[in-house]
Amino acid sequence: MLTYIIRRLLYSIPVMIVSTFLSFTFVSLAGDPVAKLRGNPRLPATTIANVIKQNHLDRSLPVRYWFWIKDVFTHKLGNSLETFQPIWPDITRTIGHTAQVIVIAELLALVLGVAVGIFSAIRQYSVFDYAFTSISFLGYAMPTFWLALLLQILFVDIYLKWNVRIFYTSGLNNPHQGTWSLDRLQHIALPVMTLTIISFALYSRYMRASMLDVINTDYVRTARAKGLSEWHVVMRHVFRNALIPIVTIAALNFGALLGGAIVTETVFSLDGMGYYFVQKLQAVDLYAVMGWLVVTSITVILFNLIADVLYGYLDPRIRYD
Amino acid sequence: MEPASGGFVPPAAGGDIAAAGLEVKVRSQWSYARSRFIRHRLAMFGLVVLFVVFGAGVFANYIAPYSFSEIDLTNILAGPTTAGHHFFGTDEIGRDYFSRVIYGIRTSEEVGVFVAIVSSLLGLAIGALAGYYGGLIDNLLMRLTDLVLTLPFLAILATASALLGSGSQWRVSIILALLFWTGLARVVRGVFLSLREKEYVEAAKAAGAGDLRIMVRHILPNTLGPIIVNGTLAVAAAILTEAALSFLGFGIKPPTPSLGVLISEAQTNPQQWWLTVFPGLTIVIIVLAINFVGDGLRDALDPTQRRVRA
Repeated sequence: MLTYIIRRLLYSIPVMIVSTFLSFTFVSLAGDPVAKLRGNPRLPATTIANVIKQNHLDRSLPVRYWFWIKDVFTHKLGNSLETFQPIWPDITRTIGHTAQVIVIAELLALVLGVAVGIFSAIRQYSVFDYAFTSISFLGYAMPTFWLALLLQILFVDIYLKWNVRIFYTSGLNNPHQGTWSLDRLQHIALPVMTLTIISFALYSRYMRASMLDVINTDYVRTARAKGLSEWHVVMRHVFRNALIPIVTIAALNFGALLGGAIVTETVFSLDGMGYYFVQKLQAVDLYAVMGWLVVTSITVILFNLIADVLYGYLDPRIRYD
Repeated sequence: MEPASGGFVPPAAGGDIAAAGLEVKVRSQWSYARSRFIRHRLAMFGLVVLFVVFGAGVFANYIAPYSFSEIDLTNILAGPTTAGHHFFGTDEIGRDYFSRVIYGIRTSEEVGVFVAIVSSLLGLAIGALAGYYGGLIDNLLMRLTDLVLTLPFLAILATASALLGSGSQWRVSIILALLFWTGLARVVRGVFLSLREKEYVEAAKAAGAGDLRIMVRHILPNTLGPIIVNGTLAVAAAILTEAALSFLGFGIKPPTPSLGVLISEAQTNPQQWWLTVFPGLTIVIIVLAINFVGDGLRDALDPTQRRVRA
């Protein structure tokens, strides 16, 4: 297992290098990183020339990429070209906010999705099954940002009509409020709700399909034949095996979302990874965008690995050698 | 195909059987698939809805009561009403929102269909080459596929809008097509990889068929099922992605009305719910219908699946 993990990690290094180089090229070509400085009439041309010189913006792309790689390792992803502030503190701050939102959302979606999936599979083609099948089909078809906007509009309307503040519709918290205050929960409730609904559609579908796969196997028939109660059969024999694919999907999903639920965070102006990325990309802040890319690529690679390792651990038939 | 009554009847009597209506009609795989699809109620329903919605988009200039850019400053932000045919209300400069949504459908469906066709062709070509030739070509093409999967959509789109100038729906379509082929390439590669070892391919080779002929005439028909299903679902995926990109400001830009652009513009007037609700609802309906049709096609074209008796 250990050799497998090491091999996977080693394999991801060249992939990371090629992928970051291509992204570096793309983002570099996307615009003039010092356009904002040039637009400032009070800034003398020599200062701009200095900035260009210091950041090696006058060099060729491979050279700039090389300098950037050095910055990544020696200066923790380097400094932003827009604000000249270090990127690392921004990333750690925003990833914390994103993590808070998606941990809550994913846990809710998992618990609800698994419960509904089990029940839909046991009562296949019942009214309950059809109702939740329809809901998850809707969840698939809905653009995430549209769902987020609808929730936002609804709660803005509630506030304006009755002057009650149930949930805030943008931002992270009011001043002087902590990470786990009621105020924070009121702020992140709507993003959490959006992500929960979207993920719930996914998990309940997968859980239902996975349950149905297992229910029709021979050993479940054997378990029933030897007289076990239906509850025992479902919870002990079916549920535990049906959960295996869900765990891996959840791990993959979590890894992908840690890079920021880009659209949801943008709608609610939530100071998370996704919103950070969109803002920096709009500002053509090359090094900040690249820093984001590196961190998200690493989380995606890590969580893919975690998913595979978990799969092997939960299902002894899978062997990685 | 043999007559139904088989060996009991002397060959000379074949004509009588046909006359008696006992002959079994020869049916192709496609004919079976078609009847399976027609029996799939949800898929047929989806197809009808899709025809109506996409038809409205195609014939937008005949259906829309107004032009999508006609400004009427005396009638701004009106709610949905039948008065003056503003079924979906008007926006902040009095443009008829129903017309804008109809034109938005046209843009979105053009993007969706274009992306589906181009990315299917790309995925087919790359998957076929990788699967058929194997070895180094396979390795190179599959590493390219992995690489495309890791590239961030948004960074590429932002670059393209900087390099090619922003706005056009075709630019967005081309970039999406260049990123959407990976899934299909893998499926097609798998089919080619397994079928090239089959005896009938060997027979074709022995009969002197060239590589291209074997690929196109003998293996390709076996991949059409997944290609059609994949292509159908790609339309929905492309429409959703275009909407999200336009919303973030990296996709189609106004004044071209795509459904995503409309939702994005509606953000300035969150009080006027119809500006957000109608274009979004249209996307939901389109995507739902496409997903139903895709499911129906999957059930119909997958020959291993014979749940519905044909």
